[in-house]
Amino acid sequence: MTTEARDIVSEYKWGFHDAEEPVFRSRRGLSHEIVDQISRIKGEPDWMRELRHRALDIFYTKSMPSWGGDLSEIRFDEYFYYVRATDRDARSWEDVPEYVKRTFDRIGIPEAEKKFLAGVGAQYDSEVVYHNIREDLEKQGVVFLGTDQGLKEHPEIFRQYFGTVVPPADNKFAALNSAVWSGGSFIYVPPGVKVDIPLQAYFRINSEAMGQFERTLIIADEGSYVHYVEGCTAPIYSEDSLHSAVVEIIVKRGARVRYTTIQNWSNNVYNLVTKRAVAYADAVMEWVDGNLGSKLTMKYPSVYLMEPGAHGEILSLAFAGPGQHQDAGGKVVHAASNTTSMIVSKSVSKGGGRTSYRGLVKVYPECGDATSSVRCDALMIDEDSRSDTYPTMEIDADRVTIAHEATVGKLGEEQLFYLMSRGLPEQEAAKMIVNGFVEPIVKELPMEYAVELNRLIELQMEGSVG
Amino acid sequence: MTESATPTLEVHDLHVEVNDKEILKGIDLVVSKGEVHAIMGPNGSGKTTLASALLGHPRYRVTQGEIRYRGENIADWTPDARARAGLFLSFQYPAAVPGVTLVNFLRHALNQRRGQDVPVREYTQLLNDAMAKLKVDREFARRYVNDGFSGGEKKRAEILQMAVLKPEIAILDETDSGLDVDALRIVAEGVNRLLGPDLGVVLITHYNRILNYITPNRVHILYAGRIVTSGGRELADEVEAKGYDPFIPVGAPA
Ligand SMILES: Nc1ncnc2c1ncn2[C@@H]1O[C@H](COP(=O)(O)OP(=O)(O)O)[C@@H](O)[C@H]1O
Ligand SMILES: [Mg+2]
Repeated sequence: MTTEARDIVSEYKWGFHDAEEPVFRSRRGLSHEIVDQISRIKGEPDWMRELRHRALDIFYTKSMPSWGGDLSEIRFDEYFYYVRATDRDARSWEDVPEYVKRTFDRIGIPEAEKKFLAGVGAQYDSEVVYHNIREDLEKQGVVFLGTDQGLKEHPEIFRQYFGTVVPPADNKFAALNSAVWSGGSFIYVPPGVKVDIPLQAYFRINSEAMGQFERTLIIADEGSYVHYVEGCTAPIYSEDSLHSAVVEIIVKRGARVRYTTIQNWSNNVYNLVTKRAVAYADAVMEWVDGNLGSKLTMKYPSVYLMEPGAHGEILSLAFAGPGQHQDAGGKVVHAASNTTSMIVSKSVSKGGGRTSYRGLVKVYPECGDATSSVRCDALMIDEDSRSDTYPTMEIDADRVTIAHEATVGKLGEEQLFYLMSRGLPEQEAAKMIVNGFVEPIVKELPMEYAVELNRLIELQMEGSVG
Repeated sequence: MTESATPTLEVHDLHVEVNDKEILKGIDLVVSKGEVHAIMGPNGSGKTTLASALLGHPRYRVTQGEIRYRGENIADWTPDARARAGLFLSFQYPAAVPGVTLVNFLRHALNQRRGQDVPVREYTQLLNDAMAKLKVDREFARRYVNDGFSGGEKKRAEILQMAVLKPEIAILDETDSGLDVDALRIVAEGVNRLLGPDLGVVLITHYNRILNYITPNRVHILYAGRIVTSGGRELADEVEAKGYDPFIPVGAPA
């Protein structure tokens, strides 16, 4: 192992893996046969199996994105597309297999559930192994299930919405996900119900050369509210893994959904995710997207503002260390008049890491009286790091107010001197500046996650200056 | 005034370069605890350069001479080590640190200065007392360090930090500039309260104004990187009356 690799291993405390054999693993590579196998094991209705096959055909015909990060080393034939650790989705931690539970214990999930969550889902490789929701919420009709179980228990809702926000043909990775999806969260919040504390799902890749393709579908009915939080980690392996999720969210009239991601993949994960929400009249959709870790992340949470009064917000945070590329940002499409949006992006790169902000604000013709503000700030910790900005504005309507601000800067010498002149050692001063830099996003998180995120950033900052 | 054998701060023949250009050309300055030394000089004479070099700013390179603190040569010390030992600089232009609250930052700084974690209650009390004396409301500490502060707020924040950190040598770089009369009085009184046998002050100023509030033991005139004259309080009055011209040595570069 090179010194650099060792450093990364020692900094990344979720790099452990469990050696237990899964109960089922598809053979390497992708084919219609494997798609069939996945669908059969899951006991799916015909329409879903057919959708998967159609999606695979689309995947074969679509070319790889020519923009974004370097995808040339992805070998689709090398991955395991479906790995099932256990046969059941438990409702009690007692029923989760011991070795899987050990993993989630180390990550602290059961503890977090007790302390501050309304519900928890846990996915281990391809399948959701645990999910639970507070009883009072369940009584109010809130549904929080693994997506496979959602399909079984709520086929009518499922069929109405699945693939409508992110159709398989949207992009190559959305097609791939649609073909081999497994796991993810299915959430339905009935009209007027407000889920006051967060629901959380935790995604863990355990196997080497694994493809994880969770699929999340959230429907917030009129006037409801839900905050969903996802966290992700993976072990460190020499072979790359692929995480390619699709998230679809429907925010109905007057509802509000907040979707928070604290992703901390190990450095051997390609993270290529399509996240999109549609927001109807007076609805609010908020993405809070914290991207740490991974080899390459390409992720641009989007909001389609479909009816007057809809509001979309994307807060994106990216941290790229050695060997990492975070190509992140957000998209807002104003497809109705009187809609508002905001994108805030903060990125930090160090040790040769690379961050790119990629954003789109689109206002369709006849969709005037739209207001949008975009702010992206990039901070580079050292000379080796890199940051680029690709903002796109497509404004085809009148009476549109767009504010755009972008800054790219190095860790400020004067800031550093100021803090050091008060007694803070250089590293501590640098951490403080970086934590301050990302504060506008971190302060949007529930306290527990804010603390966690600050801690993750501090870990990433160790050994970065001086 | 202290009777101890070694003065707290001794600067001997200090030469300092910025961007390969020599700015300070041999400064001598000896400050003991309990003393106030005023350094006056026109714009560009090297006042901020001196202050920055004393705290070890990496861009200000000491090429000759020495800085001794409590008898030790601190030339190789990083700025944070100097601060922990008891040097303090009130900046002419304090840097903003967005996202970092004053209360949080200053707690870290105090822990460093003391070499141990200060109990939250003690810290809060200390901070609140200091804020009350400087007539800033409690919300002030919740704001991000110098971010969007007015000129007066920045100077108050500097003196607030000084009051909490209790340095042995404080260098105040134009703490009076940009303040209206009321703010100047509050800040000057703040400094006066901290004066005493445990603190030595280097009061850098462009004008005489602050010296109406804080009485220096010594006044030094800095010109083009050299101290050209030193004297008592009356020297400041002379500058006030006649400007710097009479102190410029014949044949000195403009
Ligand atoms: N960071 C710097 N980079 C380049 N030149 C500098 C820098 N700091 C100071 N100088 C130069 O050094 C000289 C003295 O500046 P300074 O110490 O700020 O003077 P004063 O504080 O007395 O106004 C000036 O000519 C100024 O242009
Ligand atoms: Mg100056």
